[in-house]
Amino acid sequence: MREKTPKATMLSVRTRQGFNWDTVIVTRRLACLGLVACGGGAALSRLATPLQAGEIPAAKVAEIADGVFVHRGQIALQSPANHADISNAGFVVGTDAVAVIDTGGSYHAGAALRAAVAKHTKAPIRYVINTHMHPDHVLGNAAFKADKPRFIAHHKMKRALSARTARYLEAAENALGDEAFEGTEVVLPDAGVEDVDTLDLGGRTLRLAAQPTAHTDNDLVITDQKTGTAFVGDLIFSGHVPALDGSIVGWIEVLEKLGHQAPALIVPGHGPAALSWAAGSEPVQRYLRAVAHDVRAIIKRGGTISEAIETAGISEASGWELFDEFHKRNVTAAFAELEWE
Amino acid sequence: MAGKNWTLALVAACAGLLLAWQAPQAHADEDAELWESIRSDVFGDNRQIAVGDGKLVLDAPYRAEDAAIVPITMTIPAAVAANVKKLTLIVEKNPAPVVAAFTFGDAAGIGERKLSTRVRVDMYSNVRAVIELADGSLYMQTKYVKAAGGCSAPALKDMDAALANIGKMKLKAFANGSEPTSSPTAEAQIMVRHPNYSGMQMNQVTGLYIPAKFVEHMEVRKGDQLVFDMDGGISLSENPNIQFTYAVGVEGPLSVSARDTDGKVFTTSADVKGS
Repeated sequence: MREKTPKATMLSVRTRQGFNWDTVIVTRRLACLGLVACGGGAALSRLATPLQAGEIPAAKVAEIADGVFVHRGQIALQSPANHADISNAGFVVGTDAVAVIDTGGSYHAGAALRAAVAKHTKAPIRYVINTHMHPDHVLGNAAFKADKPRFIAHHKMKRALSARTARYLEAAENALGDEAFEGTEVVLPDAGVEDVDTLDLGGRTLRLAAQPTAHTDNDLVITDQKTGTAFVGDLIFSGHVPALDGSIVGWIEVLEKLGHQAPALIVPGHGPAALSWAAGSEPVQRYLRAVAHDVRAIIKRGGTISEAIETAGISEASGWELFDEFHKRNVTAAFAELEWE
Repeated sequence: MAGKNWTLALVAACAGLLLAWQAPQAHADEDAELWESIRSDVFGDNRQIAVGDGKLVLDAPYRAEDAAIVPITMTIPAAVAANVKKLTLIVEKNPAPVVAAFTFGDAAGIGERKLSTRVRVDMYSNVRAVIELADGSLYMQTKYVKAAGGCSAPALKDMDAALANIGKMKLKAFANGSEPTSSPTAEAQIMVRHPNYSGMQMNQVTGLYIPAKFVEHMEVRKGDQLVFDMDGGISLSENPNIQFTYAVGVEGPLSVSARDTDGKVFTTSADVKGS
């Protein structure tokens, strides 16, 4: 089943304008088409009725601090089986309002999170906040539209997500298949954080801090002032290898800066529901520094990207899940950035 | 063309595995047809292209990590290099298949000739490098690259930084590693900050496609002699980047002049080995 080249060719006619932000999804796309072929074309017709939110079971959440709930996503690539429930998402409950922070990678994942909110509080969902533009964190937004919340993100997130909407949706549809993709759409933020904003949820305040370019050019850190819990999005990966889509130099600097602020507890974008700052940040910093160090050495002696992806940061290979899926792309991005130093 | 493929896809999907299994032959034929049409457009109808074993080495990743930055290296052994006039790089299935055509001058030198660059790959495709010798003969190497979406991927991870730096250039010369300085050529790299808009990328503010705008011509000289000139298109990655060899025996600095489709000219120069 590995060599599906001709099918890829057929499929790419449909998907000419599209792009997967992660090349691995391309291979998933092939497996997906294989299913289409077996299914005798059933997948070509849309399901007659959209899923009702009530049919989707509530996501499992842990209360990591008073009124702060986190759902731990799987460490995996999006697939029909996991409904793109592959990143951490959570919510903070105040006396007047609930703020949801990230929504998973599909309508289904978002609806499961919404059902979890309903199980824990009667307070209305007034805010849906995204930590950055990546599809595994934002494609569940659609499940919250009925709540009419304000969708909030870094002020550069709307632009970044708009530019990628077509390929994100296409990649998700291809990787998830019709059932898991059902209802998924991009919901852009209607409010952007320029620097620092606060949200009053009643009895507690969230601090929203826009970061300079790091993991992406639109990372937002959301801190619950009452418990000192910081939702840091993909500035921290734990277990799951970091994925670079912004600036490696910027990312290292942002982590140093956040370290000085020493949040009591952090929620990483991938990995455990909660971590200490030290436990979360140390491995990411080590990884980024190793990649930057090795790539700089290769650039200095006139080496090429092709050489760099085979050797740079390889010392980190055993420490991370999904290393093969993301690492070489990280090196490519780091190289294209660092060669301008 | 698209309609035909789409029909094929539908048929394969509906008829199940059997037909899907038979599809490779049909596609192999289509691929051969596609290359045939590109070949005659680019090189003319009646010219034979021989397999370039021993004349040219093409390095390209089988699976590219980033379809918008696919690294390609072409190496021509010293025995062949002195006779090479032109090098054409093609990504067969891209909307604009010819990535760039490099024409070499006297300052390209007589040692092993190396040229590395980065290309966009829009769908799984053959990448082909063709050299033309002084006697008009053509030799080709081909590599299949799995990557998709490189032409429509939004450029610029950090959009603001990239736009602020447009037109910046960097010209680097590399020491020849541990080799003795007797080598007739040395390596250098030219980098140009330019989005090389493909015409297939969306403007995120207006929702309209950004018109194509790219580096269409570049000349690299050593002193007053030409190392190479390049005619490029949208299949060259953003921030065009070319690593090349040049003759160390030629007097004068290395200089580069690049022109984009708006007629903007960017220049830089550097004193390097052999200056």
